[in-house]
Amino acid sequence: MLLLDHLWIILALPLAGAAINGLFGKNWPKSAVNSVAIGSVSLAFLAVAELVREFSLLGADQIPWVKSYFTWITAGAFRVDFALRVDQLTIVMLLTVSFVGMLIHIYSTGYMEHEGGYYRFFSYLNLFMFFMLTLVMAANIVVMFVGWEGVGLCSYLLIGFWFLKKTAADAGKKAFIVTRLGDFGFTVGILLLFWTFGTVDFGEIFAKASQHPVGTGILTSICLLLFTGAIGKSAQLPLYVWLPDAMEGPTPVSALIHAATMVTAGVYMVARMNPLFSRAPIAMLAVAIVGAATAFYSATIGLVQTDIKKVLAYSTVSQLGYMFLGCGVGAYAAGIFHLMTHAFFKGLLFLAAGSVIHAIGGEQDMQKMGGLRKKIPVTYWTMLIATLAITGLPPFAGFFSKDEILYSAFAGPYANTILYGVGLAAALLTSFYMFRLIFLTFFGEARYDEHKVHAHESPKNMLVPLVILAILSTVGGWLAAPKLLGGEDYFHNFLGPVFAAADKLAPAVEMNEAAAHTLELELSGLAVVIALIGFFLAWWFYIRSPKTPDKLAESLRGPYTVLLHKYYVDEIYLALIVRPLLWISTNVLWHGADEGVIDGAVNGTGRVAREAGGQLRELQSGNARSYATWVVIGAVGVTALLLGLWRVVR
Amino acid sequence: MTAVPISYYLVLSAVLFGLGVVAFVFKRNIITIFMAIELMLNAVNLAFVAFARAHNQLDGLVFVFFVIVVAAAEAAVGLAIVITIVQNRESLNIERINLLKF
Repeated sequence: MLLLDHLWIILALPLAGAAINGLFGKNWPKSAVNSVAIGSVSLAFLAVAELVREFSLLGADQIPWVKSYFTWITAGAFRVDFALRVDQLTIVMLLTVSFVGMLIHIYSTGYMEHEGGYYRFFSYLNLFMFFMLTLVMAANIVVMFVGWEGVGLCSYLLIGFWFLKKTAADAGKKAFIVTRLGDFGFTVGILLLFWTFGTVDFGEIFAKASQHPVGTGILTSICLLLFTGAIGKSAQLPLYVWLPDAMEGPTPVSALIHAATMVTAGVYMVARMNPLFSRAPIAMLAVAIVGAATAFYSATIGLVQTDIKKVLAYSTVSQLGYMFLGCGVGAYAAGIFHLMTHAFFKGLLFLAAGSVIHAIGGEQDMQKMGGLRKKIPVTYWTMLIATLAITGLPPFAGFFSKDEILYSAFAGPYANTILYGVGLAAALLTSFYMFRLIFLTFFGEARYDEHKVHAHESPKNMLVPLVILAILSTVGGWLAAPKLLGGEDYFHNFLGPVFAAADKLAPAVEMNEAAAHTLELELSGLAVVIALIGFFLAWWFYIRSPKTPDKLAESLRGPYTVLLHKYYVDEIYLALIVRPLLWISTNVLWHGADEGVIDGAVNGTGRVAREAGGQLRELQSGNARSYATWVVIGAVGVTALLLGLWRVVR
Repeated sequence: MTAVPISYYLVLSAVLFGLGVVAFVFKRNIITIFMAIELMLNAVNLAFVAFARAHNQLDGLVFVFFVIVVAAAEAAVGLAIVITIVQNRESLNIERINLLKF
């Protein structure tokens, strides 16, 4: 039971890697930096694997396994331990984060080979792994918040990795500030949680929540506030604007932080807090609505983007929406399942996109790609597999996870047909824009200058992670496959204990098993047809008659322009929030409060002292007789005072 | 023989002190100012002695001795300063010694 007793090892490894590279890596050769960075995350993954083995030997009554290392904060009744918690949900997240993280570290050694600040990049990346694992393993919400903010910090550092580029530095700031808006709600939620339950420990909160009546205002407020944090962190409407801009960071960062792990922290948090959310039906409905709306909304923007990474960014926002939809309709396991498969296929899509960008010398505009299928076959095939997975075609991973979410939205305990319809429509759009990406990038004529750019396949250390993730994107969903064939859902059963409280509360679904099974098959059939329609449309538009998109854009100029400018949301935020805020800051807070009041008070004090001194120094005239006069006046005054006092005393 | 009441001494002392103050403030000659200071010191001495006599205590007399000693020292230092000033300025007018100012 080495690791169960020493959970901290899993956290210490990447932290040590970050510290060593950050402090000493500057003058080291790249191979040394590589071995520290990859060594630490690989060891962390091995530690997780060993932890899983030990975890499987635990009895059901020993789960969740909580280890408290020291008391971190005590203030009155408020007490926070640095405690780590391992249950089934933690195991799923740990495996996903550490494995995908390890692959992306390996990939980065190829992708970042010619970049400056090599040691800095890996130091940040390791630090990110540390915070992400902290977030996942936290046993109370305050330690979780530490990880939550830590990954935000690393996200900021890595988006702005090329900080000499203004757009990159600005994107980093935007990501930090926008997520901070959500974190404000999250912080208030934590305070309210403590105020209500008197503890921040997950186990105690869940125990007390189970005594709490369903649907009280306080519980709804807590859940909505916590969800605000998730909206910021997981880039949901209306705070999604930072994620597309975050694509300014290096592509491995987009893959690790802005697709596979960090942005899914919000989903993880909602799933972790399921005993609370399931007691606040209004909050759950809000989660589902925001999720479905985001899934559809950002998919529409993805339709017309031409930057390959931007398409994937909007796709990520959309898929995160699906996960929230899953959690919102009470299918937490499905949400987490989609989180896991999404980590595989979206991580792969980003890495493959990075490989494409790498192959043609840094170009990200899909209008300047094309015909790359033969030039970079490994990238092409792996990216195609990821695309099949995300569009939800069997037997790839996305099919099973998306299917489960849509099924729960249609027939689950909190079913909502409208949300199901929105989700299905988003699936159609997803299929269209993903195949559009494939066709524009890999098919047709080469639209780049073939004399200048020699498209070349990426080095092995980039291709190996691609292939591994491609395999996972294929088989990752098979855990749920038996259910579709009428058997057990292993993933769902494994996570069962974590969501037991929520499942018990859910209203019963009046349906016999055979009917449910038939319905599920019908729904997944429908989803596949929808995905195929998307594929066909993309094929028609971009292969069969490549003139059609332009003509369509011409005839639908209005909607097309709106989509191309992302619904002008950035402009609207600029006009409605940023500009007024800047105006108030400049004119009221800066020139008014700061210069007027604060500087005025400080300078005023100085001026009073100087003026008074200027007047008083006239007394020192150098004339001894005037001094004598003052002395006499003083003596007379003191004497008079003493005599007066004498009178009073007597 | 009736003793002279203490108030007489005190009035004399106050008058002498007042004369000293007036001379100190209004005279321009440094030597005169010096003498005015001596006058004030001795006016105080007179008051001390009068009180000592009235209360039949030695404390006042002891203080008078101290004052005389300090006055002697002060006269020595003061006259030395006066001589230096006269050598530099060739004047005893205190109004002309006004360089030590802001």
